[in-house]
Amino acid sequence: MNTRVILIKYGELTTKKGNRKFFIQTLYQNIKKKLSAFDVVITKDISRMYIEFEEKEEVDVLKKIREVFGIYNFQVAYKVESQEEVIKDTCLSILEKEKFSTFKVETKRSDKAFPISSMDFSRMVGGYLLKNLEGKRVDVHQPDCLLHIEILKGYTYIYTNQHMGLGGYPVGVQARGLLMLSGGIDSPVAGYLALKRGIPIDCVYFESLPHTSLEAREKVIQLSRKLAKYKDSIRLMIVPFTEIQEAIYKHCNPDYTITIMRRMMYRIMESLAKKYKALSIINGESVGQVASQTLESMYVINSVTSMPVIRPVACFDKLEIIELAKKIDTYDISILPFEDCCTVFVPKHPVIHPTMESCIKNEEKFDYLSFIERCIERVEILNITEEEQDSTTDLF
Amino acid sequence: MIYLDYSATTKVSDEVLSSFCKVEQEYIGNANSLHQLGFDAKKLMEKAVSQVAHLLSVKEEEVIFTSSASEANNMVLKGVLAQYKNRGCHIITTKLEHSSILDTCTFLEKQGIEVSYVPVLENGKVDEEMLKKMIRKDTVLVSIHAVNSEVGIVQDISRLALLIHEKNPLTFFHVDGTQAVGKIPVCLENVDLFTFSAHKIYGLKGIACLIKKRNVGLVPLIHGGKSQSEFRSGTPSVSLMVSLAKALRLALDDLFEKQEKVKKLNAILREELLKIDGVTINSPEDATSYILNLSVFPIKPEVMLHALEQEGIYLSTKTACSKDSGDSISLLAMGKPHEICGFSLRISLSYLTTEEEIRTFLKIFQKKIKELNFRK
Repeated sequence: MNTRVILIKYGELTTKKGNRKFFIQTLYQNIKKKLSAFDVVITKDISRMYIEFEEKEEVDVLKKIREVFGIYNFQVAYKVESQEEVIKDTCLSILEKEKFSTFKVETKRSDKAFPISSMDFSRMVGGYLLKNLEGKRVDVHQPDCLLHIEILKGYTYIYTNQHMGLGGYPVGVQARGLLMLSGGIDSPVAGYLALKRGIPIDCVYFESLPHTSLEAREKVIQLSRKLAKYKDSIRLMIVPFTEIQEAIYKHCNPDYTITIMRRMMYRIMESLAKKYKALSIINGESVGQVASQTLESMYVINSVTSMPVIRPVACFDKLEIIELAKKIDTYDISILPFEDCCTVFVPKHPVIHPTMESCIKNEEKFDYLSFIERCIERVEILNITEEEQDSTTDLF
Repeated sequence: MIYLDYSATTKVSDEVLSSFCKVEQEYIGNANSLHQLGFDAKKLMEKAVSQVAHLLSVKEEEVIFTSSASEANNMVLKGVLAQYKNRGCHIITTKLEHSSILDTCTFLEKQGIEVSYVPVLENGKVDEEMLKKMIRKDTVLVSIHAVNSEVGIVQDISRLALLIHEKNPLTFFHVDGTQAVGKIPVCLENVDLFTFSAHKIYGLKGIACLIKKRNVGLVPLIHGGKSQSEFRSGTPSVSLMVSLAKALRLALDDLFEKQEKVKKLNAILREELLKIDGVTINSPEDATSYILNLSVFPIKPEVMLHALEQEGIYLSTKTACSKDSGDSISLLAMGKPHEICGFSLRISLSYLTTEEEIRTFLKIFQKKIKELNFRK
């Protein structure tokens, strides 16, 4: 027996006493889906999850594990028989591959039937390693390399390395949220952060054909694909926004068009959320970034809905958002220069301090409710997965 | 029919042809159009680019489709020299190159570019010491093929790349990989420019590819706005690009198995041909198995070619691209005498070639030699 096992330590889950089982079960399901293409055996208990994998798939499996929320950290351990000689040999072969100058052995013996105490066993293995490794020293305070031996009933785990997971909660432990995905830099980052807190998101894109291009839609699809990495598959709802947008520009005061447009979007978001059983609206608004994101604007825009609006990047600097966008691989897509519905028809002087009264007065000029209704009826839904479902594959 | 001229061109594979037809019929838009039809075509084009980039481990922006490897080779020589004329006017190449390199060099010489031909050793390999000496401060480009098309000599591209860049880091290295891709493993690390064609790997005629690394500047031959690449204008032939991407994927599949199979055929040929009186094998032992060059003195190669043709066997004298009579430049460069250079034939193989075909060929070949010698 000499199996490789990933030992997964749960993220913030440990604090959630009552829901713990549900959280672990959700993480288990998520990991199972994520690794469905691999030859793995996944088991779990209250403190850890264990993934046995094929050695040749190690790199790919670890890459996938790094894309799952709800994992605090993980180790890649050797699972061996609880026999002194086997353990010693395995320890030696592990350390022979590592680069370090000082080390320490730490033993945990939960199987008290094992005849040697933890302290004694650490010393024994340490001595054996010192004898067989050239130029290495023991340092019990600040070792470069900490070798863990966990002696359990029937087998032993041995590992050195510890990798950080993504943290956060398993996606699915919260109610659904709808992300307003524009194609810009901020909204995908907002989506990522919402997923991190366990919110299973679906995306909503407001499309203004023919004022916006097909490339803009493609861009949003690509962005959704990046987010689908963390959530199996994502529904992308494409809202035909042209009529309503044109009506706004026909009837409303030019300075107020952006404000009114955002209010319409929020109304549509709320209707969609109700229809698709979501409990929050998520977007990439950042305080003060543009005219519609001053607190006055946010106030009059937000007031059309009572649903929680989550703005994960509200207090981020633009550079912080960009940094995160680069990390999650959305930045290069976001900066492609295609117009979205927020960048067409931009007024010269969008109002920075809108008032509720003026909003209402502007909106009275046309029957926006029927426009919204028509919008909702004609929403197109695409199912987006991380890998492109491509009908042209046979051509290549 | 026994086709032994695969290095001249190959028959398109059914799979490649069906991709070509499907794209040609179903994706009718111009990839540069803004509507859905154009958009769909563009997506396919981008996928073709990305597949080629992936298969050759280069970046997508480094893939430029052209109409032929000859065009790509012209682009490299003329384009790089024009771009870097302030840096120098000196190219180095070998006499073993394809005519699209040699003739372009002759043309450039008339324009005032200095061309040096690095000598090759008896086995056809580039004389590395000489090459090192020839590279100067004003040497803009070195162009050397990966596999010679007439004799099948394989050059050690990775070694040459290091040598060239060590001597002058500003000198670009171009490799004509037309006879190498899909036959031997090619590594484009340290290679600045690389050309190959689809029709040598069971793709279609009329499409080829230039890999131009990001750091290399180039003046286009054909101006007219960004098409598939800003370096090569013209309405993109998405169907041909897709077909090349597919041909390349198929060619690189089971590369080693195919190589082994051809190696065996080549060994049979060598063994049996050497038994025939008057036959000399010109391809060195370490040449590519896909090409076997031989001379049958004193039978004129054209005569032999047509005699074999009467029996349904097709091969080449020299290469299809340099049919004009006279001695083989490649063999001359290797220092071979006229009895060899003026009487050479090229057999080129494929993984599709069978042992039975080889045996039949050998029988007929022997018979023809007897007949033709008698006529003399």
